[in-house]
Amino acid sequence: MDPFYSVEIKGVTKRFGSFTAVDQVSLAIRHGEVFSMLGPSGCGKTTLLRMIAGFERPDEGRILLNGVDITDLPPNQRKVNTIFQNYALFPHMTVWDNIAYGLTIAKRPKAEIHSEVDRMLGLIQMEDHAYKKPSQISGGQKQRVAIARALINRPQVLLLDEPLAALDLKLRQRMLIELDNIHDEVGITFIYVTHDQGEAMSLSDTIAVMNRGQIAQTGSPKEIYEAPRSSFVAAFIGDTNFFEGRVSDVLDPEYSRMQVDGLPQPLLCFNDKKIQRDSLVYLSLRPEKFRIAATRPEVSERQNLLEGVVEDIVYLGSQTKYRIRVGEYILAVYQQHSRFLLDEKTIEWKDRVWLWWHADDGFMLENYSEQDEAIMEISGDATPG
Amino acid sequence: MTKLNRNVKAWTEWLVTLPSLVWLSLFFLIPTAVIFAIAFKPVDLVGGIGEGWTLATIRSLANPNYPAIVWRTIWLSMATTAICIALAVPCGYAMARAPEAWRQRLLLLVILPFWTNFLIRVFAWRELLHPEGLIKQGLLALGLVEEATQLLYNDGAILLVLVYTHLPFAILPIYAAAEKFDFRLIEAARDLGARSLRAFWNIFIPGISRGVLTAFLVVFIPALGSYVIPDLVGGTTSEMLGNKIAQRTFSDRNWPHASGLSALLTLAVLGPMVITLMLQGRVRTRAGDRA
Repeated sequence: MDPFYSVEIKGVTKRFGSFTAVDQVSLAIRHGEVFSMLGPSGCGKTTLLRMIAGFERPDEGRILLNGVDITDLPPNQRKVNTIFQNYALFPHMTVWDNIAYGLTIAKRPKAEIHSEVDRMLGLIQMEDHAYKKPSQISGGQKQRVAIARALINRPQVLLLDEPLAALDLKLRQRMLIELDNIHDEVGITFIYVTHDQGEAMSLSDTIAVMNRGQIAQTGSPKEIYEAPRSSFVAAFIGDTNFFEGRVSDVLDPEYSRMQVDGLPQPLLCFNDKKIQRDSLVYLSLRPEKFRIAATRPEVSERQNLLEGVVEDIVYLGSQTKYRIRVGEYILAVYQQHSRFLLDEKTIEWKDRVWLWWHADDGFMLENYSEQDEAIMEISGDATPG
Repeated sequence: MTKLNRNVKAWTEWLVTLPSLVWLSLFFLIPTAVIFAIAFKPVDLVGGIGEGWTLATIRSLANPNYPAIVWRTIWLSMATTAICIALAVPCGYAMARAPEAWRQRLLLLVILPFWTNFLIRVFAWRELLHPEGLIKQGLLALGLVEEATQLLYNDGAILLVLVYTHLPFAILPIYAAAEKFDFRLIEAARDLGARSLRAFWNIFIPGISRGVLTAFLVVFIPALGSYVIPDLVGGTTSEMLGNKIAQRTFSDRNWPHASGLSALLTLAVLGPMVITLMLQGRVRTRAGDRA
């Protein structure tokens, strides 16, 4: 028994006909953490979750729960429970009977079932709805009943399959906080599958970004966002601008110059990966890392400065999104509104503006594929021209 | 809404309902009432219906042979219904879980027997069950029956053919319900610790209860009125109520008596139908809540 890892996935592969849904995936999930599997639809995240739950059998590899091999166990013998995407509450049973189902199956004493169900109803604040049918309660309430129904079995791991996808935005934000509170209260491992980066970022201790059946990157939300290891991760998590170019000058171990076709000058880049001179590289730069001004600013030697023309302005209250043409590129630039000064010169459509950023804020990436651009176009509005 | 509007609406509803009401009255309600009425008429000498009213026919229904026939009719129909539903539930489950492309083909297989005339299919069973027939000879070869065992002309043969002819009628409504069933619910039950069979019983069966009730209705009622099957594959001692009615109508030319028996059968059918409709009403309200 390994006390450190709650769930271990070792070289798991699952094929459906000729399609490989999960391809040689290995993961180790620590006790009590919220672990998210994040990726576009069809990336294999749900299949992986279903294999942990026991609904699918891996073609290769093993799955361990608390160090014990559970690969060959049927779902009813695994100490894990699932929150299904559409809750899957039993429509012919009351809320009370739904929550009690697991204990009834386990043939626990009546008195124990009663006290446990009542405790769960208290936890989800649904005491007044115990004798309603699932059809008579709201989406958010169904969600809470599904959580109670799973937690009453005291699972070692709770699996959540896009649990908020069916809820509207406001409710989703509230349930996200509730899920976080419930996790704090029960302290068990949560494995959370979602395609929504916002959900994953706000809830998770660790995120595994998946693409085409493989893990693209595993790390804390911050690592994933600030240090994406591939253009796929950079494009899928948040919005970004990509520059394509060649390393023209390795200055010292930390920095390099990058020659970009279509830009008037080379860019200074942070190069912790020690990419060699003349290598083809791609620079990922988050839209909020830019500063923007109508007048030429003073910049330090570690900062890059570009001059461009405003193509588009979208005012969103908390921030403004600009699209700025620089050379052959159209860059996405987001500015938070930290102050509002009447005498400040506002930036308007077709204005000449200056963009600058610190070299440390960009990320030079090794690989890049056309596929990622498509994902970026779907998920965000930052597209390089 | 004004009173006038309400009146117009009431009248439109009446007009829309009128054709079906006329149809049902002309071809169902009135004939049924006529049959009930004939049961209270005397017989005339030439096999017709006599003048005046009498309770003689009703009294003659207390014939000591009848309880056995009524009992046989009920138990054969019950057994047919039970076996049909027991076979149709796993069939419906398997069909609903089959890949999309296969479902249509399987459905076609279920209704395929209807392409052959009902009488021909019953006669085919006579051939199969005949002492020289395929089934008898096959079972004999396997040593499962003895030479003297009679497969034809008994209650067993009636039950077998009744189940054969009614099975598609049970599969269709159960499949229709199973196809709408959300199979993730079974996964949820398994996830919560239920073994497959338990999940099937706890979750799937209640989920398709409406289909099962419909299957009960469409098998049990026609089975009660069976006449051709017991006539062709049953023996002289395995008559059902339908055979008795036929005998009274055609051989005995005692129409009042035949009407009396028919009325009895109608009342016997109404009982389970009212119960089923009440149960279905409850299921429907439940389903309605869900929507």
